[in-house]
Amino acid sequence: MSRRAGLITALIAVILVALWFLPAWAPYFYIFVAAEILILGLFAAGFNLVFGYTGMLSLGHAAFFGFGAYVTAMLLLHFDTPLAFALIASLAGGGLLALVIGFFCVRLTEVYFTMLTLAFGMMVFSVAQQWRSFTGGSDGITGFAVGSFGLGLDLTLGNPAVYYQLTLVIVTLAGLCLYLITISPFGLILRAMAENPERVAFTGIPVRRYRLYSFVISGAFSGLAGGLFAPFTRVASPETLHWSQSAEPVLMSILGGSATFLGPFIGSAIFVLLETWITSFTDRWMLFLGIVLALMVMYLRRGLLGTALDRLTKRG
Amino acid sequence: MAEQNTPILSTDALTKRFGGLTAVDGVSIALNEGEIVALIGPNGAGKTTFYNMVSGRMTPTSGQVLFHGSDIAGKPPHEIARAGIGRSFQITNVFNELTVRENVQVALVSHRGKSLRLFAVLGMDRALRREADEILARLGLESMAELRTGTLSYGDKRLLELAIVLAIEPEIVMLDEPTAGLTPEETRAVIELIRNLRAERPYTFFITEHDMEVVFGLAERVLVMHRGQLLATGAPEEVRQNPEVRRAYLGDEEEDSAA
Amino acid sequence: MESFIAALMNSLALGMLLFLIAIGLNIIFGVLNIINFAHGALYMLGAYITYTVAVLTGVSFWIALFAAPLIVAAIAVVIERVMLHRIYDRPITDSLLLTFALLLIIDETVRWIWGSTIHVVDPPASLSGTVRLLGIQQPVYGLFVIAMGLIVGLGLWGFFSGTRAGRVMRAAAIDRKMSRLVGIDVPLVFTAVFAFGAGIAGFGGAIAAPIRAISPAMGANIIVESFIVVVIGGLGSFPGAFLGALILGAINGFGSRYLPELNLVMPYIGMALVLLLKPQGLMGRTAS
Repeated sequence: MSRRAGLITALIAVILVALWFLPAWAPYFYIFVAAEILILGLFAAGFNLVFGYTGMLSLGHAAFFGFGAYVTAMLLLHFDTPLAFALIASLAGGGLLALVIGFFCVRLTEVYFTMLTLAFGMMVFSVAQQWRSFTGGSDGITGFAVGSFGLGLDLTLGNPAVYYQLTLVIVTLAGLCLYLITISPFGLILRAMAENPERVAFTGIPVRRYRLYSFVISGAFSGLAGGLFAPFTRVASPETLHWSQSAEPVLMSILGGSATFLGPFIGSAIFVLLETWITSFTDRWMLFLGIVLALMVMYLRRGLLGTALDRLTKRG
Repeated sequence: MAEQNTPILSTDALTKRFGGLTAVDGVSIALNEGEIVALIGPNGAGKTTFYNMVSGRMTPTSGQVLFHGSDIAGKPPHEIARAGIGRSFQITNVFNELTVRENVQVALVSHRGKSLRLFAVLGMDRALRREADEILARLGLESMAELRTGTLSYGDKRLLELAIVLAIEPEIVMLDEPTAGLTPEETRAVIELIRNLRAERPYTFFITEHDMEVVFGLAERVLVMHRGQLLATGAPEEVRQNPEVRRAYLGDEEEDSAA
Repeated sequence: MESFIAALMNSLALGMLLFLIAIGLNIIFGVLNIINFAHGALYMLGAYITYTVAVLTGVSFWIALFAAPLIVAAIAVVIERVMLHRIYDRPITDSLLLTFALLLIIDETVRWIWGSTIHVVDPPASLSGTVRLLGIQQPVYGLFVIAMGLIVGLGLWGFFSGTRAGRVMRAAAIDRKMSRLVGIDVPLVFTAVFAFGAGIAGFGGAIAAPIRAISPAMGANIIVESFIVVVIGGLGSFPGAFLGALILGAINGFGSRYLPELNLVMPYIGMALVLLLKPQGLMGRTAS
């Protein structure tokens, strides 16, 4: 068991080192693909704290992701803040918005919860669309420049390779943070609630409040991912708030395996690579996605990584 | 006798109505510290509803539940659990996806106030591990600590439920049909176990049970409910001889055979 | 006053369309214990089929009005047999995921067949134009939509309370095992119920075709709104779906006239208010 854990840690370290040196040999195109995988992977892993670990399907997480994107874009555009400050604001903003939306959503369970998250997510989307003077309406916010990073670091963030490496570091740190949460006593409570909230309540845990905690943490990391996404795509657009954006972390978690911590990251890699590849010869990407998701739910519900780990455990 | 010392838990005219139906109708009982009390009654007598109101699963329509003299009626389950009342469920209610040790640790994390530790590593908390293993050992489950709970036998899952209840160190242990679905040997083992536990610490056991053998073999006092009301209370032998109780059970049997 | 009545009639028409979607969602949820995410997509499909039948084949709108629900129901039978029946014993989130996949498939297939541009269907001559009612000129088609919503609502109510098939559906909803014991063929009932609910959505799409721009986005919009209807009214409640639909219709109908700058956000505010006051919905029975 612990030998396997050591093996996985070593493997992750090798992958991270390889990713760090990616700009040294790979063309820009692949750096962009890798950065997108990392950012969406963080988004999916943040989402999965609520979905895989706490057992609640949210279809409104784009609200936090998109909100984070808008926060960073606006801070950069209007106040020229250092990027580090903007990202921290995105993290806090995502958490704060999750606190407000979550306050309503965690009052209800299961389907109701899912429907509510969807509705509130679309509310945020509607606000961004309708409040043109502030949010730029359907054009979103563009024309912001990434200046300094702050924290005394001298980085040329205009260089995509540098921005990519920064993304790698931040996603790694944030991922580590999330991972620690999942293996903490708090994480155990979340996993227990996913299976049987009532039993947890009868051990003395106010389940609704803990659902909210999970939702807020998840929203904060989604916001951070959004904050990284805006400078990457050079725009904060309403599409990042739309429910189809909420669907992405769901699909990624299912693809990789929602019961595993790394599942969402692996799902993100598969998702982005597939999307890049398939859209190069057909624009029926969503159709393909729908079929893959349906097959995964029907036959491989534990995801690719989850199923692989199940097989290994059975043999070992 | 009950008048001599203040009861640890009592209910006062506890009532639950569902629309026009009165499921529990003004039931007043008292549990003394360290007793093993069984709640029995024919199907539909209102036992489960009454039980759920005491443990916080349902909110009473009216009446009080006094625990150490303060009213806990209508409080949410987690507050009642924290106050010192632990309960199990009729249908096994364990966490199948977690390991056996983690099942107990859920309750321990809650009870020890560690549930908001976000950046501590659960696996490195020696105290939590030791305490969980001690509880498992008391129930003879120590060898299964690392197993995924879903792989346990039904009987072991029922024991694990008891372990989860004990982990919050309750003063009152409420067990909802603890022997339902067990084999006769397993049932005898559970009876023995409950006796031993009570010998170790002054738990007050409040049990519902269908199996009369368990009731009369274990309980020191029996409460009988019928049609939402408290029909009789007393030592097992008294209750067994009580003509009204006999009629209640026989009457129901007649109705059953007529249906 | 005139603008008030116009807004009122508009609200009622919108409400009836929402009701047709929400009631199907509720019926499917009640019996199959599935939240059909693709319900809006089936509604959209109904509108597109109406377009194709009525416009391209030159057949009358009235035939399309019958054909669309039947075709959508037939497609639903295939969906239920191929996909949905595999996950009835799974947690309810799995059904959300699977029907979400279905939504993507239907959406994209529609784009493939009909393209992403907007299509328009004209109402039949007998329902075009306006008629003077309550002191103002009313579009006849709006009155037709209101009438259709009421007829379907009454029909469903009669069906569930008065016919054997309706009672069978309700029995299957309450206790699957028991239904099987008394000889009800549960899998068949489930297929029928899904097709039935889908057919109502298809009918809604057909009715909506002449007054809505037919586009792939119409499904997504209505599913979000019908979720709000269901949350406001109470999941699984028949009168709740009706009441919720009327409320949301009113929010939309009056909101777009009197508060245009907030009309997109108003439904969500209404929903949040209901949830604060009555988390289980206005007509919901059990608090979740």
